[in-house]
Amino acid sequence: MRLPCPLCGDRDRREFYYQGHAVMLERPLRDAGANAWDDYLHNRDNPAGETRDLWHHEAGCGAWIVVTRNTVTHEVLGAILAENAKKTGAQA
Amino acid sequence: MRIAGRGFNRSARAVTFTFDGQSYTGRAGDTLAAALLANDVRHVARSFKYHRPRGVLTAGSEEPNALVTVGVGPKQDPNIRATTLEIYDGLAARSQNAWPSLKHDAMAINDLLSPFLSAGFYYKTFMWPKSFWEKLYEPVIRHAAGLGALSGETNQDTYEKAFAHCDVLIIGAGPAGIMAALTAARAGADVILADEGTAFGGRLLCETYDVNGRAGEEWAAQQLARLSDMENVRIMTRTTVTGAYDQGTFAALETVGSRNPHAPKECFWRIVAKRSILCAGALERPIAFPNNDRPGIMLASAVRSYLNRFGVAPGEAVTIFANNDDAHRTALDLIDAGVTVACVIDSRTDAVALGDYRLVAGGQVIATKGRHGLTSITVRDANGTHDIQTDCLAMSGGWNPTVHLTCHMNARPTWSDDILSFVPTDGSIPNMLVAGAARGVFSTLGCLADGIAVAQDTIRELGLTAPQIDTPTAEDSAYRIEPLWQVDGKGRKWLDFQNDVHVKDIALAVQENFRSVEHMKRYTTQGMATDQGKNSNVVALAVLADATGRGIPETGTTTFRPPYVPVAIAAMGAGSQGHGFAPERHTTSHKATLDRGAPMMEAGLWYRPSYFPKPHETTWLEACNREVAMVRNHVGICDVSTLGKIDIAGPDAAAFLDFVYCNTFSTLKENRVRYGLMLREDGHVMDDGTTARLGANHYVMTTTTAAAGQVMKHLDWVSQALRPDLDVRVASVTEQWAQFAVAGPKARDLLNSVLDRPIDDENWPFMSCGSVDIAGVQGRLFRISFSGEHAYEIAVPSRYGASLFRLLTAQAEAMDGGPYGMEALNVLRIEKGFITHGEIHGRVTASDIGFGRMVSQKKDCIGNAMSQRPGLLDPEREQLVGLKPVEITGKLTAGAHLFVDGADAVSENDQGYVTSVCYSPTLGHDLAQAFLKDGPNRHGDHILLVDHLRDVQTLCEVCHPVFFDPTGGLARG
Ligand SMILES: [Zn+2]
Repeated sequence: MRLPCPLCGDRDRREFYYQGHAVMLERPLRDAGANAWDDYLHNRDNPAGETRDLWHHEAGCGAWIVVTRNTVTHEVLGAILAENAKKTGAQA
Repeated sequence: MRIAGRGFNRSARAVTFTFDGQSYTGRAGDTLAAALLANDVRHVARSFKYHRPRGVLTAGSEEPNALVTVGVGPKQDPNIRATTLEIYDGLAARSQNAWPSLKHDAMAINDLLSPFLSAGFYYKTFMWPKSFWEKLYEPVIRHAAGLGALSGETNQDTYEKAFAHCDVLIIGAGPAGIMAALTAARAGADVILADEGTAFGGRLLCETYDVNGRAGEEWAAQQLARLSDMENVRIMTRTTVTGAYDQGTFAALETVGSRNPHAPKECFWRIVAKRSILCAGALERPIAFPNNDRPGIMLASAVRSYLNRFGVAPGEAVTIFANNDDAHRTALDLIDAGVTVACVIDSRTDAVALGDYRLVAGGQVIATKGRHGLTSITVRDANGTHDIQTDCLAMSGGWNPTVHLTCHMNARPTWSDDILSFVPTDGSIPNMLVAGAARGVFSTLGCLADGIAVAQDTIRELGLTAPQIDTPTAEDSAYRIEPLWQVDGKGRKWLDFQNDVHVKDIALAVQENFRSVEHMKRYTTQGMATDQGKNSNVVALAVLADATGRGIPETGTTTFRPPYVPVAIAAMGAGSQGHGFAPERHTTSHKATLDRGAPMMEAGLWYRPSYFPKPHETTWLEACNREVAMVRNHVGICDVSTLGKIDIAGPDAAAFLDFVYCNTFSTLKENRVRYGLMLREDGHVMDDGTTARLGANHYVMTTTTAAAGQVMKHLDWVSQALRPDLDVRVASVTEQWAQFAVAGPKARDLLNSVLDRPIDDENWPFMSCGSVDIAGVQGRLFRISFSGEHAYEIAVPSRYGASLFRLLTAQAEAMDGGPYGMEALNVLRIEKGFITHGEIHGRVTASDIGFGRMVSQKKDCIGNAMSQRPGLLDPEREQLVGLKPVEITGKLTAGAHLFVDGADAVSENDQGYVTSVCYSPTLGHDLAQAFLKDGPNRHGDHILLVDHLRDVQTLCEVCHPVFFDPTGGLARG
């Protein structure tokens, strides 16, 4: 499996660390309340189909990236830097 | 028997090898199976369960019977297929699963006991009494049933792994594969052409077909030469593509050096291809007739392979039993070679002879004779039954396209009534097309043309221009077949030769309601052996379909899984044993440390010294106690370079640190160091360490050795994903700086002996930092202490680390000091109540370790919100305490649990647990760090330490975790 790092190009999956769904980019405010924080930290969908998740190019450039992929077909559809996803709300 | 002048290796040199200790001669290029058949050795194996005599069935990697063991001791390699093993001088192969010998196998009694050993027998027969299973039945069954054995010693063979990338991977180099490769290569694509055989040509190597007017194998060799001359083509012989995976990734196993002891034995490839073309051909299938498993009964295609390719006649009077035209060519080839064809039995009533041989049309083989090898068969036709003397029966139930790889990503093949077999379903593997016999195109001309056409489609998909290629001339005979799966008659009709499954086993499965194909497979073990039922699965499905009254398409197939052929784990894990298991990180003092005889311990990937032994010391504890006293009384040197060092710079560096640490760093003055505590977002402690402010916008953070990678990843996460608004950059500089602790009352004296300008307490107070010069080299000095002593850490660029370590240790030794290792470091920090990841184990909060007030509520930080959950602030939580034994000699052990004295030592009464222990030479007794419910309010109480594993019970006093110098005066002084 290879992931398209926006900085490095296609790289072997073993260079990356997997984090989880990109919802982690939406950090609640400190006083958002227990439910919001519980959702943010613990509750995840388990989609059959397209999903966006976070990977760290740990053995490469160090970029956190948002990868769009399909959990059914295993297709990798694209990736953008987490930094840009955060700044612009862009979708991979 | 060898036929003079026949076979593609007819003029090859003689090769001497042994089988079961007996010496034989073969020809270079022979497989072991070919060479044994040339020497009239027909009985080569005993079957898995019933120990029935078995011979060679096939001439390829699908072989179920002819498995042998090669090599002895650590090099013993079991279950090698004799049909693919090339012979070499000195090869010593042995039969398997027979004792005392292949011919007189004591376990052949199982064959007589077979009524009691039918499918599913172990689920039923041995149910009672229960205790008999472990003690009697299982050992007996394990001894009786089996394949070859491993030696139990560490494998000493070398294996390799490799990676390749290409535009087009072509799997199989028969007529279709060769034409596909020529087409793709001519278009300029990067092509890999892989074939499991030792030569290219596929069935052309085994048949007497002409292509473009030349003998098939000569034509194939000519095309191979053309391909080899092209720079954009990689030719991979002896390479089996074993699996198809996501994103055009394929696994392949290359046999490299079974004949060359200096080369790796096998190479495991990962090949990434933009497009792939499967040209894997087809496999012939047997017919299930009574006692169809005697040595001498083999597939018709195998008989032609041995005859045409190796010049070996597997018998003197050959019979042929088939349901299709293709098998008749076996008779023609044999007659041409001068071998007697006793009879061709064709189940089709309208079958016609293609040459001058005796044909029984509408006939079936209903019985066979010959204990260790076939001697005669009984044939039944419209006129009755009669016996035929024969020592070799060539059977053919038709051909199955090799669809396996197309099913590796969960697709199922499609039934074809035209060829009475499964063909690949379109789109099964993304970007893979199938050509030739692998999709049911069975004539040579058809395969050649299909290879061109499919490669042209592939080339167009790649955006290249497809070249026009002329199709060579070749035979184009039709594939005529009628269904024949099993024959009525008395005796077992074998399906899965390797797992000893026969037709009645499937009937039994159905009778017991294991009617689904997946259930039948598990119940009977059909297709579960090392050959994965390549010959037998389709026949077994047909038998199941018949027994359940369903059609074959509705019956469906079981799941095809990689690998296509058995792959040694040693090949997949090539390079990952011993030093290759994980990278090793060495500090700059590594060599000097080894020179001092220090035993090394692993700390993550790092290697660190346990202790530095002196000649008179006999135990690690002696050395450790000496090193602790050395630091407490004089001065010690310890390499602390393994701690994570992270450079943090930028206008928002201070704000960034305030966000990642629960305490505040923006208020830290320049040239000062502060202890920091980092939380995870869920409110638990992630890591701790000191961070120094080197300038207004420049900090250097230290992490624990254990969490350095995790913290770096976390800082990347926070800076890029959560706070891209902050103008800050973080970079790991762990490898760039060598850093040494200089600890003990004489630490400053030692430093002043090596620094270019001396330091004093006024300018270098506790928790200060700054730049220093050592012999002209600019370094960094931090006045921090992990031992409780007056101490510093001094850092220099890594290239100076080795020389600085030698300088510091030499100076220390002149002052009654010296280097100390991890054991002493651990004792020093426990005496002082400092924590490590033994304590920060992932389930503790800041308040659990006594740092609750460090979580600033004036700002947000990672983990702040969740750290305030009521459950994490509960005073009843287990919190950090120190423990000492009430009796001075009492033993404390890490991992022990704590109980109120007198309470039952059971989990309901658990009060806490011990995380770190040491013997303190400073205090003269054991010490421990522990987590105890409501611990800080129980100082002075007694608590019972219970270690069920080591059988230790010690009454302890609960203490403040800081045992040594509780006011911290030594570090400040
Ligand atoms: Zn990258």
